[in-house]
Amino acid sequence: MATGVAAATAGLDLGGVMTTTVESISPRSRRGVELLLLIIAIGIVLLAWVTVDLNRNGTVPANIVPVAGGLVILAVAVHLVLRWRAPYADPLLLPITIVLNGLGLVMIHRIDLAGGRLGTDGNAYRQVIWTALAAALAIGVIVVLRDHRLLRRYTYISMAAGIALLLLPLLPGIGQTINGARIWIHLGPLSFQPGELAKIALAIFFAGYLVQTRDVLSLAGRKVLGFTFPRGRDLGPILLAWVLAVLILVFQKDLGTALLFFGLFVAMLYVATERVSWIAIGLVLFAAAVAFALTAFAHFQTRVTLWLDPFSPASLERSDQLAKGLWGMAAGGLTGTGLGAGRPWLTPFADSDFIFASLGEELGLFGTIAILLLYLLFVERGIRTALGVRDGFGKLLALGLSFSVAFQVFIVIGGVSRVIPLTGLTTPFMSLGGSALVANWMIMALLLRISDQARRPLEELPVVGASPPATGPMAGEETQVVKLP
Amino acid sequence: MNSPIRRLTVLLAALFASLLVAVTVVQFVQAPSMRAMAANKRTLLDNFSRERGAIYVAGAPVAESVPVDDQFEWQRKYPQGELYSHVTGFYSYSVGNPLGLEHAADDLLSGRSDTLFVQRVTDLITGHRTTGATLDLTLDAKAQQAADRGLGPSRGAVVALDPKTGAILAMVSHPQYDPNALSSHNIAAADAAWKALSTDPEKPYVNRAIAGNLYPPGSIFKVITAAAAIEDGLMTDENSTLPGPAKLDLPLTDQSLPTEDGQACGPGGTTTLIHALEISCNTAFGWLGLKLGGEKLRAQAAKFGFGDSLTIPMRVTPSSVPAELNPPQTAQSAIGQYEVRTTPLQMAMVAGGIANQGRVMVPYLIDRVRSADLDLIKGTPTPQQLSQATSPATAEIVKKMMVAVVDNGSGARAQIGGVAVGGKTGTAEHDPKKPPHAWFIAFAPADDPQVAVAVVVEDGGVTGSEVGGGRIAAPIAKNVIEAVLAK
Repeated sequence: MATGVAAATAGLDLGGVMTTTVESISPRSRRGVELLLLIIAIGIVLLAWVTVDLNRNGTVPANIVPVAGGLVILAVAVHLVLRWRAPYADPLLLPITIVLNGLGLVMIHRIDLAGGRLGTDGNAYRQVIWTALAAALAIGVIVVLRDHRLLRRYTYISMAAGIALLLLPLLPGIGQTINGARIWIHLGPLSFQPGELAKIALAIFFAGYLVQTRDVLSLAGRKVLGFTFPRGRDLGPILLAWVLAVLILVFQKDLGTALLFFGLFVAMLYVATERVSWIAIGLVLFAAAVAFALTAFAHFQTRVTLWLDPFSPASLERSDQLAKGLWGMAAGGLTGTGLGAGRPWLTPFADSDFIFASLGEELGLFGTIAILLLYLLFVERGIRTALGVRDGFGKLLALGLSFSVAFQVFIVIGGVSRVIPLTGLTTPFMSLGGSALVANWMIMALLLRISDQARRPLEELPVVGASPPATGPMAGEETQVVKLP
Repeated sequence: MNSPIRRLTVLLAALFASLLVAVTVVQFVQAPSMRAMAANKRTLLDNFSRERGAIYVAGAPVAESVPVDDQFEWQRKYPQGELYSHVTGFYSYSVGNPLGLEHAADDLLSGRSDTLFVQRVTDLITGHRTTGATLDLTLDAKAQQAADRGLGPSRGAVVALDPKTGAILAMVSHPQYDPNALSSHNIAAADAAWKALSTDPEKPYVNRAIAGNLYPPGSIFKVITAAAAIEDGLMTDENSTLPGPAKLDLPLTDQSLPTEDGQACGPGGTTTLIHALEISCNTAFGWLGLKLGGEKLRAQAAKFGFGDSLTIPMRVTPSSVPAELNPPQTAQSAIGQYEVRTTPLQMAMVAGGIANQGRVMVPYLIDRVRSADLDLIKGTPTPQQLSQATSPATAEIVKKMMVAVVDNGSGARAQIGGVAVGGKTGTAEHDPKKPPHAWFIAFAPADDPQVAVAVVVEDGGVTGSEVGGGRIAAPIAKNVIEAVLAK
């Protein structure tokens, strides 16, 4: 696959070099565009919500005014903070987040109605609180973090935090096995998936680490069959990441999380070093791990069997959730049953792992394509930020965060729509669950922060000597591309 | 670092492309086949909560969907309860619609039929939910009630049809069941009702009029034997003479076929064809069978519809005369025993064919199809001839003989003042430990036939006697005929 990608993109490479400086610098802040899009986004979400209640109860929701007001306040608050602290930030990221988060809330509320959970008993109620909290934290990130390069200071702290968060569910007492995978922890009344937050910590770590070591990793090595392979001692980091992934695979039985982190690391390694051989090595290592897991654990064999033939009587006997999700999406057809008019609650985890299938049932193929295009647009804005930002750390971080969202969307929606075996990841911004929501809002906030620098005209960039201070590891960072030893 | 970022972007774009393809495959390409999967509960719920078309008999609904305030929105109701249970079938959440018109006319009732295509397109444009078509049945409510009352607590079946068109006027099978209990939205109660129904040893869910284990026809089959003999030229008319000894020796065996009272059917052991039918003389018809041979009997039965797969639109189990009969078996078959098996509908078609100058009409149950707002979609079907079972002359002779059976013979209890009724009694032995089934087939009026009837009462006869058919079954046929003619 690695060679295929390399060959396929060889032609694009030239064009990329030529247009880099043209498209990545936008002289205008586009905050007005963002405000307009926010109004549209809020309109879509409210329309969806009203549709659900009209279809279920025949009435407009009684609390439409306070909730609509709350949503407007939340969106406008983030918007105003951006005007204040990051005026050149990408204008699409926030509206897309509002639409995805809002549609997720509407579907969670819709599943609540089917389950008879009303008002404060509903999952939607808790998710609204989590949304407000996530938005507040995102505002905090934008206000406090004036320059994303400050995060480079915390490279190794991030590593420790990331690994700790990843392995936390393995601790006896607080770790919890849900749906066959041990990726949850339980603290008192709260349960969350620390892997979601680990995603951010590890992206920061990988970016900080790779921007330092990329020269060694990319220059040294010997050529075999046209590929430059790294020296044995430089294989340390990728092997470490691999061991971590294998640990997740073996002890948490979670192919999705393992695939996400290892994929994230390999992708960032490739971008940092520009060497396709890293992808080849990564694929071989991961294939070996998966092959091992498949032979050693019945859990994975079951997943593969269910993936290959979800409708056979034996598969349905074992687990019919994938089949039920597919039936739900099939029931939606092209146009969907309409929000509130389908039966998404027949699918297990209809408001979390299978929320995409639930939306597919009620919004139809047109709806699922629209949602996928929103994710694609979100990722595209993130990658555009990575292309446009001038410092290597920012490039790697923006790329890593965008990649993690894209890859997670692929793993979870690919699992629901039977592209790959089903694994238990959350659907970004949509799934029920606070930890994932908070993590994804923070990813959006970081991308906004980086994009503000990527899109800011050169003359307005922080001058060396002004804030942030010209001392420390970031001084003159934006001009530093290759650091020779 | 920008060029690897761009290459990676291409990879991510490919991943998203695969997702777009996958959702298109799931929600568009494979959606119809996934919706059709038996295990798909959504399809079950969709069907169960659909507003299905109503079924009408004489302007009154016998099955209809009424709006209710629960998750299924529409409740299937059968206002006449058990009376039309075998006609309508039922619609259960767990079992679906395996029986009756609910099954056989599902396409029309659910609105999926191609016949309703134009209406579906209109619904799509106007935003109406597609509803099923309404069916007007050929049944005569009075005849149906008469048949039901006549059978009373007995097991058995009654079919009445219009000999000239094939329109079915009554179709009752006992025991019946209450389709409302099975279609209840209280799923537990409906499941319990189905469990009770499906495990009942009397099999009330079987429509004995057209299906089930089939019945031996007994002496009513003699009508077919008589027709075959006249068609063959073996007998020229009703007054042709033939042997009617007290016992008919069966070749190849040391057994013999006796008459029911052990007496010869006429002086000197000979009788006439008409008298043989009047008293249901076993030896005379056994002799005819031996003379004709199995193949000619089979061929005549086939001309009346034996062996045909009919749908009315419910599937009718084909009646049968076994092939390759040896002479003793042929003699037994000629009097409707051995392994001859038939349905009441088939025997009503035999009576109707004789009444209708030898023409057997294709039976049907659905008169008109109308849209949910009662616009006509399909009018009364043009009557179709299934076969010319006998020449009109032969039919005329057999008709005369059958009228004599009612006027002077074993079918006297079917006499109606002022109306010439033709008929034939039957007593079909099926189990040495049980009384035989009592049969009666009839038509009336003989000169302008309006109705042909077949009645079977399980275990209703008296062993070795035609009394059962005449005493038990004939009055039921008479009531049904009167109900039809009273119009």
